[in-house]
Amino acid sequence: MPSIELDPNLSRYSQRTRGMKASEIRALFAVATRPEIVSLAGGMPYTAALDYAAVDEVTTGVIRDHGPIALQYGSGQGLPALRERLVEVMAAEGVRATGDDLVVTTGGQQALDLIAKLFCDPGDIVLAEGPSYVGALGAFASYEAEVRHVEMDGEGLLPAALEDQLTRLDAEGRRAKFLYTVPNHQNPGGVSLSLERRHEVLAVAQRHDLLVVEDNPYGLLDFKGETRPALRALDPDRVLYVGTLSKIFSPGIRVGWVAAPESIRDKLVQLKEGADLCQSNLTQFIAERWLGTQPWLRQVDEYRRVYRERCEALLTELSAELPAGCSWTDPTGGFFVWLTLPEGLDSGELLAKAISARVAYVPGRGFFADGNGSRHLRLSFCFPQPDEIREGVRRLAEVLHAEVELVRALYGGREQDRGAAGTPLPLHRER
Amino acid sequence: MSVSVAVLAGGLSLERDVSLRSGRRVAEALASRGHRVTRLDLDDGLVTAVATGDFDVAYLALHGKAGEDGTIQGLLDVLGLAYTGPDAVASALAWDKAVFKGLARREGLATPDWIAVSSDAVRNMGAGQTLDRVVARLGLPLVVKPSQGGAAMGVRVLHAAAELGPALMTGFSYHDHVVVERFVAGTEIAVSILDHEPLPAVEIVPRDGAAYDFAARYTHGATDFYVPARLGDAVLARAQDLALRAYDLAGCRHVARVDMIVDTDGQPWLLELDTCPGMTETSLLPVAANSAGLAFPDLVDRIVRLAVTAHAPV
Ligand SMILES: Nc1ncnc2c1ncn2[C@@H]1O[C@H](COP(=O)(O)OP(=O)(O)OP(=O)(O)O)[C@@H](O)[C@H]1O
Repeated sequence: MPSIELDPNLSRYSQRTRGMKASEIRALFAVATRPEIVSLAGGMPYTAALDYAAVDEVTTGVIRDHGPIALQYGSGQGLPALRERLVEVMAAEGVRATGDDLVVTTGGQQALDLIAKLFCDPGDIVLAEGPSYVGALGAFASYEAEVRHVEMDGEGLLPAALEDQLTRLDAEGRRAKFLYTVPNHQNPGGVSLSLERRHEVLAVAQRHDLLVVEDNPYGLLDFKGETRPALRALDPDRVLYVGTLSKIFSPGIRVGWVAAPESIRDKLVQLKEGADLCQSNLTQFIAERWLGTQPWLRQVDEYRRVYRERCEALLTELSAELPAGCSWTDPTGGFFVWLTLPEGLDSGELLAKAISARVAYVPGRGFFADGNGSRHLRLSFCFPQPDEIREGVRRLAEVLHAEVELVRALYGGREQDRGAAGTPLPLHRER
Repeated sequence: MSVSVAVLAGGLSLERDVSLRSGRRVAEALASRGHRVTRLDLDDGLVTAVATGDFDVAYLALHGKAGEDGTIQGLLDVLGLAYTGPDAVASALAWDKAVFKGLARREGLATPDWIAVSSDAVRNMGAGQTLDRVVARLGLPLVVKPSQGGAAMGVRVLHAAAELGPALMTGFSYHDHVVVERFVAGTEIAVSILDHEPLPAVEIVPRDGAAYDFAARYTHGATDFYVPARLGDAVLARAQDLALRAYDLAGCRHVARVDMIVDTDGQPWLLELDTCPGMTETSLLPVAANSAGLAFPDLVDRIVRLAVTAHAPV
């Protein structure tokens, strides 16, 4: 007797979508969107901080002056005038490029997707920080690439660990397609790659002829207003640079870009055309006009001020409330703090309790492709108000205190030699 | 007969997502049968919405705490609005696994041996020192599950005694009481009961030998279903009998689903009685009804009629 066919398309799905599963964690986040819950989970920019009179002027102006063109198809590479403006955005961080080097994409995420599509065959190896941006891991996984993580600390990626990974791959007779890295205010780590390490990482990359994909969404959001030289500025031929306006203007306009050497750029343009013909002309015009007619760097300053204040609220409350044995990163900028839990606690298993206590975070395992990260979690401070952040931390702290107490009572102080977590119903392992 | 239905779905429960899926599907089906449908979430506007909504009946597409433990049922009783599914008392009895298993065993219904562990006993009374006894009595492998909750959230199967501690911690994350249960090897089936009539048993076979966990439940194609279960008539009759007895034991009405495992000797073991069965595209009750010739819209229409009729003043 055949089994019941609930999905008539089952036999038609491609091999590469086999890993796409319903996940308990994602289901739990359905609760986290309710207003009763303080969400320290999402990475949504605080777009309410924008000057909406200015936004209005810009959008109205685009329709008034460019209506028929703005509502038309555009070119696969992106609006030339916008690309010139994006060059100025890169210049604000000391990265030199020409408009011709750039391909405009639907946010930075599409850039990552196109890059993975261009370089990754099933089974290919990609290197990334551990932990790494979950959206990038998802893009790489969708092309069935295998991600190997490179350890990091408070100053970012460890060059020696990168060297190790590459040497190990050499020994296996394999080669990494590229290193994916977020050197500034990393998601989820919150930390930045130090200047010294930038040179070291590139030296390792040179020795092993490794391509580097530099993803820089948060660079301008440094709490001290500092900028660090982009990897692309230090070694333009080896580095693909991914930028986005999502964090410095708006994620809703979906404007990102890649700066790449000509040969790669040409292929990316073709892939972009295959994916969606072209970027929305309307939002490209809006972005161009925003950057060309508004004091956009002042807006970035405002964002920076907002995020710094929220980050301080988070850090102060963490210090005051969290139980001993917790530790966390000290963000240089951006949106996130990476928290390490005391021995014996598992951030994935704890999420249900946290949500019942009306606070949400992202469990650490999602930021690793290899099942690591269970003792970590990501807290974001970008969207909630400082008071909400403090309340959220108090709720989280209560959960953690109770959990530490329970673990201690359960194992009687022998938590180090407790067994591994029960395996056979392994819920919510990402992919 | 077309009626005005409030479909309740969502809420703050951990199963909000599943509930919203059930609710969406139920609402569409009821609308396709000509009923007037309003979808309501569980929030502080609920009483006002119900009081002013001029509804004939509430369809409860709620999963998880407030929707299944009798809370919403009790509230609707006070408001005088008819609702689908078991009443407040039946819901409360079935909702807690330790409670219902205890009732079932008293009545002679087969349910796998278990020990309930509370976080209070661990935290304040040293229950952590009794884990060896738990394993000694129940043996291995073991299943550890939160005493309240569904969708297989927080459920762990363990094969080594050392895994019990971490599995308890997981369970406690979902509820303060955890059931540690003997693992039954066999065939997992679900028998749904519609208005006192058992529907054909659905056999559940997750692909690749995986567990029937959250992903296996809500990913299309992750689990194979066989209806009726491939078990032979005598065993199926026993399973349906067990299901009906469980349904009556709690005092259910309209609809409920009974989950069990049939061991290699053909003995069905009661795992739990679900008073608010899932209505998603991969859920068991709709699969069973469909194989009995009741398409999804007919199923929800029938359930609504049962609720309205039961409530009609005589
Ligand atoms: N005693 C047992 N022996 C073997 N497997 C079991 C046992 N108890 C539970 N399981 C497995 O774990 C799964 C989840 O358990 P259970 O049905 O008790 O949880 P639940 O969260 O209440 O699920 P539901 O959504 O059906 O309400 C079952 O579907 C079954 O596959």
